[in-house]
Amino acid sequence: MDNNCKNEGRRDFLKKSTALAALAVASPALVKAGENDEKIAALFEKIPLNIEVNGKAFSLSVEPRTTLLDFIREQLHLFGTKKGCDYGQCGACTVHVDGERINSCLSLAVMNEGKKITTIEGLANGEELHPMQKAFIKHDGFQCGYCTPGQIMSAVACINEGHANSRDEVREFMSGNICRCGAYPNIVDAIMQTKKEGSTHD
Amino acid sequence: MDKIKDQPFIDRVDGVQKVTGTAKYSAEYDFPGMVYGVLATSNVTKGTITAMDTKPAENAPGVLAVITHLNCPELPGYKNLPDQSKLADIKKGYRVFYDNIVRFNGQPIAIVVADTFERATYAASLIKAAYAKETFNTDIDVAEKSGKALEGNNFKEYVRGEANAWKNAAVKIEAEYKMPIEVHNPMEIHAITVNWESDTKLTMYEKTQALSSTQQSVMRAFGLKQENIRIITQFIGGAFGSAFNTWPHSMAALMAGKKVGKPLKLMITRNQMFNLVGYRPQAIQKMSMGASADGKLVGITHDATAMTASYNEFTEGIVNASRSLYNCPNVNTTYKVYPLDLSQPTWMRGPGETTGAFALESAMDELAYAAKIDPIEFRLLNYAETDLEDKKPYSSKFLKECYQLGADKIKWSARNPEPRSMKEGDWLIGYGTGSGIFSAWRGAAKVGARLLPDGSLILASGVTDMGPGTATAMTQLASETLGLHPRDIKFEMGDTNLPPGPMQGGSGTTSTLGTAVHNVCQSIKKKLADLVKDNPMFHTEIVHEVKVDDLLFENGFMMLKTDKSKKISYADVIKNAGLKEIELQEDSPGNPMANHSAFSYAVHFVKVMVHSRTGVVKIARCVSAVDAGKIVNQKTAESQIVGAVVGGIGMSLMEEGIIDHRYGRWVNNNFADYHVAVNADVPEIEVLFVNKPDPVLNPMGSKGMGEVGIVGFAAAVCNAIFHATGKRIREIPVTPDKLI
Ligand code: FES
Ligand code: FES
Repeated sequence: MDNNCKNEGRRDFLKKSTALAALAVASPALVKAGENDEKIAALFEKIPLNIEVNGKAFSLSVEPRTTLLDFIREQLHLFGTKKGCDYGQCGACTVHVDGERINSCLSLAVMNEGKKITTIEGLANGEELHPMQKAFIKHDGFQCGYCTPGQIMSAVACINEGHANSRDEVREFMSGNICRCGAYPNIVDAIMQTKKEGSTHD
Repeated sequence: MDKIKDQPFIDRVDGVQKVTGTAKYSAEYDFPGMVYGVLATSNVTKGTITAMDTKPAENAPGVLAVITHLNCPELPGYKNLPDQSKLADIKKGYRVFYDNIVRFNGQPIAIVVADTFERATYAASLIKAAYAKETFNTDIDVAEKSGKALEGNNFKEYVRGEANAWKNAAVKIEAEYKMPIEVHNPMEIHAITVNWESDTKLTMYEKTQALSSTQQSVMRAFGLKQENIRIITQFIGGAFGSAFNTWPHSMAALMAGKKVGKPLKLMITRNQMFNLVGYRPQAIQKMSMGASADGKLVGITHDATAMTASYNEFTEGIVNASRSLYNCPNVNTTYKVYPLDLSQPTWMRGPGETTGAFALESAMDELAYAAKIDPIEFRLLNYAETDLEDKKPYSSKFLKECYQLGADKIKWSARNPEPRSMKEGDWLIGYGTGSGIFSAWRGAAKVGARLLPDGSLILASGVTDMGPGTATAMTQLASETLGLHPRDIKFEMGDTNLPPGPMQGGSGTTSTLGTAVHNVCQSIKKKLADLVKDNPMFHTEIVHEVKVDDLLFENGFMMLKTDKSKKISYADVIKNAGLKEIELQEDSPGNPMANHSAFSYAVHFVKVMVHSRTGVVKIARCVSAVDAGKIVNQKTAESQIVGAVVGGIGMSLMEEGIIDHRYGRWVNNNFADYHVAVNADVPEIEVLFVNKPDPVLNPMGSKGMGEVGIVGFAAAVCNAIFHATGKRIREIPVTPDKLI
């Protein structure tokens, strides 16, 4: 962590101390049992986060233990990003952070201060699907569709990284995204076509 | 409409939703004030809970409720149970929080509800329990030696002709085949969102392959009226058999949601996917088979041993394929199941047959080599023209065509049949084959249809779709039957408020639902014809009252067969008749199979490469030829077979559920340790359909295909490995250690 963060931490702590003092003097009659605990916990548990998701800036507070994945799903209500394991083993939660693919379940939301996140909801240009999305439909690159947002986010990044020069290379660099429905050959087809048509914008 | 291999197909009707992330799965519904449920689970395998400390959890921030067996709400379904003390353990079943008995490691002992997922997860970690532990056994080998197999009708020995006739054959083999526990592991973790609108009414968003039976079980458990339980399942992120039961986590979520009076969401963890929602049971199978010198089967003896949970008698047709796949006069089979102190197994893709065909098709290969006959030739020599088990003719059988198509495609006859004779550098090359069989059938279902004034059609049925593309297939069928563009058809599903649909599974959805769709489209045509019967436009010198058979239905218009220029749009028919819409409902009247035996078939051909020093196996090529009757949608049908084959690759080379029998606990209950096939494991998979209609099963001529695509595949891989290396592997998964 850089100095900046430490300073933030101290300022936050001061803010919290003041709030705690205020709570302490509240008349017990006004506060239901446990509510004090609650408020104290909330103050300590949440820290502010500035983050851009799909081009929209958000300024809110999150618990430090909240993963980027749970933040996106439960707090931003963007359910396109999926939870397939929560341990970084399946790729269903793949999003782009500043243009690079990551497993969002392996990142805490607070680690993404000031970053730009793109989820599957941010890939299309309005009604116009991203070429990778079109290619997935055309080549039937899915069945149940649950791994699909992660596959597509990964696929776009796979091309951008320059890792889509052959079918075998795509297979290798897409192996972090499990598809239990087994759409792999069709996924490779979709990526090869998108790569060939030269569209890699994010 | 596009054409692929001369077959019409449409793209998935839900494709845009799936690629944009707007398809909603069960954990993706939003309600104000949503709370989260998290399960705490036992860390002993067998015994009773003697004490629980839930206070720290209850006092943790944000916690609204903790439910355990100690404060489990009174459920009508729990109260009215038969006297448990009079039941054998295996009949008792398991109901979450019903009693203090621990039946398996990882059994839910509490559900914690809090206002955020993180808080619920933390609080669940604070639940403490003390146990009186009991000795347990989770090992099938131990059970086989010293345990007692279950008894009853499901375990009767089957004998056709003479038992153990193989012993007197000129050529014979005896071998034992083993396979481990396999876990469905769909990518969507099982999840449920419950919203009690009152104490007697709720809506639930549940991952289920069977809306009606889920509704029934919730109805019984909570003593509710059927019309007060609405279940919505718009999308299922894969299931493969794991979403038929109403599992303990769903019951826990329902109880908790009712107790806190708030909308509640529960998604179990990937770890819990290994023991809370079923798995394919481990099996040990002994095959003893004999043939005459000229390659005619003399006898098959198939002895299967499998396992189930101590509290649930799970059985499946492991030995069925041995009775029906070949023309063998003498067949005897036994099926033994031992109860273990594990959670319960359930159906998994190709239940029974997948396990059985691994043994049968491996043994067929062994016998073919022993008899020095080509494995395909050997199967053709023993081709069954009628079903010897049921003594009925087949509704249709194009298995011969499958052998032919697949063998030609992979150039079977061009290989050197001698084991360990083919090489590419350090890699030994081998070809193998294995066949699959799975029952084809048709169930009962209803479909509602509304033809709207703009000429568009809405079909509706309470079916769910775990991925094969049911709405797509139904849209295509309706499009073809009624002459409407697919984009003018909407298929509504996944809601118990719709006319009751079939369950999705057992390879019967298209057959069942398609029949109802076909019927309802025919009824609409009749109705339309009836509405225009007096229209002078359709009258000729001979025809004064037009009938449905005189008309063609194309592109939203009905026209005279003899003069296509005389036409009227469906929209105008409705308008002219002064109707709001045409609304009809039709059924699939259930099983038409009284006089026939019906099966789908698949023949898999696999080319493997085995590294001569490291024992690594690569699947280099797969060709699967399938008789699934007439194909409704070539594109989604191919995807289903490809998907099944990918499952088969996992099954043959990597999937293995491992239990530490000292503790009764799972060792590898996550994707890092339980390996499924990933992209790099999967080569090109070529799918060939015979594509000939079945004349009996349903009006479309289709048979099922979801299951048969995996049946026999593991044997094909093992047989190819034998051809490559000369080494017969009888235990899957074939990991490199087994080859060096
Ligand atoms: S949910 Fe993140 S990798 Fe599986
Ligand atoms: S489409 Fe179902 S897991 Fe990939």
